[in-house]
Amino acid sequence: MSPDTSNGAHETYDDDIVRLFFGATVLWAVVGMLVGVIIALQLAFWPANMDVPYLTFGRLRPLHTNAVIFAFAGNAVFTGIYYSMQRLMKVRTHDLLSRIHFWGWQGIIVSAALTLPFGFTQSREYAELIWPIDIAIAVVWVVFAINFFYTIAYRKVQHLYVAIWFYMSFVLTVAVLHIVNALALPATLTRSFPLYSGMTDALVQWWYGHNAVAFFLTTPFLGLMYYFLPKAAERPVFSYRLSIIHFWALVFLYIWAGPHHLLYSGLPDWVQTVGSIFSIMLIAPSWGGMLNGLLTLRGAWDRLRTDPIIKFLVVGVSFYGMSTFEGPMMSVRSVNALSHFTNWVVGHVHSGALGWNGMISFGMLYWLAPRLWGKVHNESWVSLHFWMATIGIVLYVVSMWAGGLTEGLMWRAINADGLLAYPNFVDIVQRLAPFYWTRFFGGTLFLLGALLMAFNFILTIRDARAAGASAPVAAK
Amino acid sequence: MSDTQHTQEHWHRRVLENKGGLFAVLSVAAIAVGSMVELVPMFTVDYAPEEVVGIHPYTPLEVAGRDIYVREGCYLCHSQWVRPFRSETLRYGTWSRAEEYVYDRPFQLGSRRIGPDLHRVGGKYNNAWHYEHMRNPRSTSPGSIMPNYPWLYEWSYDPADVAASVNTLATLGHPYADDVLADIPGAIRAQADDVVADLKASNIEVEPDKEIVAVIAYLQRLGLDGRAKVAAAEGGAK
Ligand code: HEM
Ligand code: HEM
Repeated sequence: MSPDTSNGAHETYDDDIVRLFFGATVLWAVVGMLVGVIIALQLAFWPANMDVPYLTFGRLRPLHTNAVIFAFAGNAVFTGIYYSMQRLMKVRTHDLLSRIHFWGWQGIIVSAALTLPFGFTQSREYAELIWPIDIAIAVVWVVFAINFFYTIAYRKVQHLYVAIWFYMSFVLTVAVLHIVNALALPATLTRSFPLYSGMTDALVQWWYGHNAVAFFLTTPFLGLMYYFLPKAAERPVFSYRLSIIHFWALVFLYIWAGPHHLLYSGLPDWVQTVGSIFSIMLIAPSWGGMLNGLLTLRGAWDRLRTDPIIKFLVVGVSFYGMSTFEGPMMSVRSVNALSHFTNWVVGHVHSGALGWNGMISFGMLYWLAPRLWGKVHNESWVSLHFWMATIGIVLYVVSMWAGGLTEGLMWRAINADGLLAYPNFVDIVQRLAPFYWTRFFGGTLFLLGALLMAFNFILTIRDARAAGASAPVAAK
Repeated sequence: MSDTQHTQEHWHRRVLENKGGLFAVLSVAAIAVGSMVELVPMFTVDYAPEEVVGIHPYTPLEVAGRDIYVREGCYLCHSQWVRPFRSETLRYGTWSRAEEYVYDRPFQLGSRRIGPDLHRVGGKYNNAWHYEHMRNPRSTSPGSIMPNYPWLYEWSYDPADVAASVNTLATLGHPYADDVLADIPGAIRAQADDVVADLKASNIEVEPDKEIVAVIAYLQRLGLDGRAKVAAAEGGAK
């Protein structure tokens, strides 16, 4: 491979940082999903809690969510950003800042793994980490932001490509969300109490929580889509104008949607209504993004049959479309009355998480690997991984929908005498066992696919090392 | 490259997509609008005095229990939020009002019901039930999938550590009586002794400093103030 210094730029790009983030992505994917499979087993088979405090569901679940969101998805986004940003700006990122960012972020992940199982938590979903780690996150984020804006400031291409807009809103909004949600008064080194209480605290947390979905799991992944899908399809993006409109609509509307997590709570009615309405409107910019991605393939649809990378990306974008249709639907008050608290929400989460974040990440990694190391060791394993992941998602999501509807309907069932049809809660819990087992198998399949990918990449790197002596493959 | 397809000059491209700084400012402005409209009014929420009458902060022992509830991640399976539907009030009791949560820091509404809601669990069972249930949930609720929590019967809470929590909550404005703040370990001990004496009446021997005692105290407190308020408002007849 030749160094990617297209258009005659004299700059060489820092691809070692991309390789580092790439490796971290694969490692944490396996770890985070393994923990997911363990907690899935615990719901199907309670003795899997093993009577060990550090391994119970309540302590491992935050470990799962942190590992998959911030470690797997986070590192995947950083991999894609460092690779694409340098090329879109035609300038090298700052080597030292990049390394502080990388090692700082991995340090935060390790400290999460060393605190959450021990019960050190703030109990705020997706913001569980204790206050000293919160400070570390803020510092590392600032380093990343400086590196990001430094690269923009020194860019050699005047125009900012669509992907960069999405990255930018990720960098800025996550900083705002993190800081506002983390404001707390420490009681000890490991415990603090938020400045907000009760319903205000709940609103701040879900303003954060929903927008973690929006600005950590959505906007940066749209940025990745806008860079890697056209690259893989060898087609320009369908519509520039559409990308402008859906970008601004998305960032403006998303931030309002948090209260859909608190429908029928003590939150003032007007806040609930506003949250619900904005969530429903969100379908428009979300589908704008999906269509812009899918239509980029116009004239290249045959590649969908032959190119596993295109398969990963297209299925990823399709799941994005599906979960952003489902989400607005679940924000309708009467639907939420049924879906809220149930496994339906978990199905929704994972159609986004496995389908959108997972598949886009895998597609991106498979596209990058040959450009970072040389030919992928086994091409047919890539297709095999695609099918394992896809079947895994379907088993996961369909079982959780069915399980969610089952419990939602049983909770609310009232008999002819006006009494609860299923007054004993545990009776309903027992009905869910087959769904929990199906999800466990689907998740295991998804995990095995990720392991196959990890193995494939290890062999790819080994091949590159072996070939390295005679013909350097690394783009440097 | 995919980004070079549009060579014609759009006006917004000249004024916006070519300018990193301006773009950054505008994208923050875009998220600021919704954030301010929704959050700022909530920051200034001040419950009228009659609304919070009858709602009291958790006692120091209950705070100890609450810290353990957070530590174990109970909120990941149990909500504390009864919605205003007939099916929920039948199952759990009266629905949850906003002002009931004023001393909930961090809030524990939860987002899942792998197990049942707990907002009205206070007083629903006796202490002995909770004692048995936490050690082996299947002994009281056959078929439950909740983990056993045997370590709560071995580990002790540290009154100094609980005092750190209570003092911080007091700093944040939770109204504790001066005599409670002056002797937090004493307040803990007095309430713990009551729980222990009650358990003894059911032939259960436990030391007052064990974590299970604090957890029971917290669970038995949940939803009581709110329920009493609603009962009083409905005419006190019930
Ligand atoms: C092998 C794959 C996976 C398995 C088996 C798995 C399993 C689970 C389980 C059992 C839960 C707890 C659900 C409950 O409360 O009932 C959960 C929660 C969650 N997982 Fe996963 N997971 C996997 C992958 C992922 C990935 C890749 C992501 C994100 C990128 C993710 C994000 C989440 C989130 C955000 C939650 C919390 C959902 C909520 O609060 O409703 N998971 N997962
Ligand atoms: C237009 C887009 C979307 C809307 C309006 C939306 C709406 C919703 C709603 C109404 C809930 C249920 C809240 C509840 O009843 O507790 C929910 C939960 C969730 N959604 Fe979405 N969703 C959208 C897209 C996505 C995507 C693309 C992802 C993942 C990448 C995602 C991840 C989640 C997560 C993690 C939760 C669970 C939160 C929790 O309970 O812990 N959402 N969403």
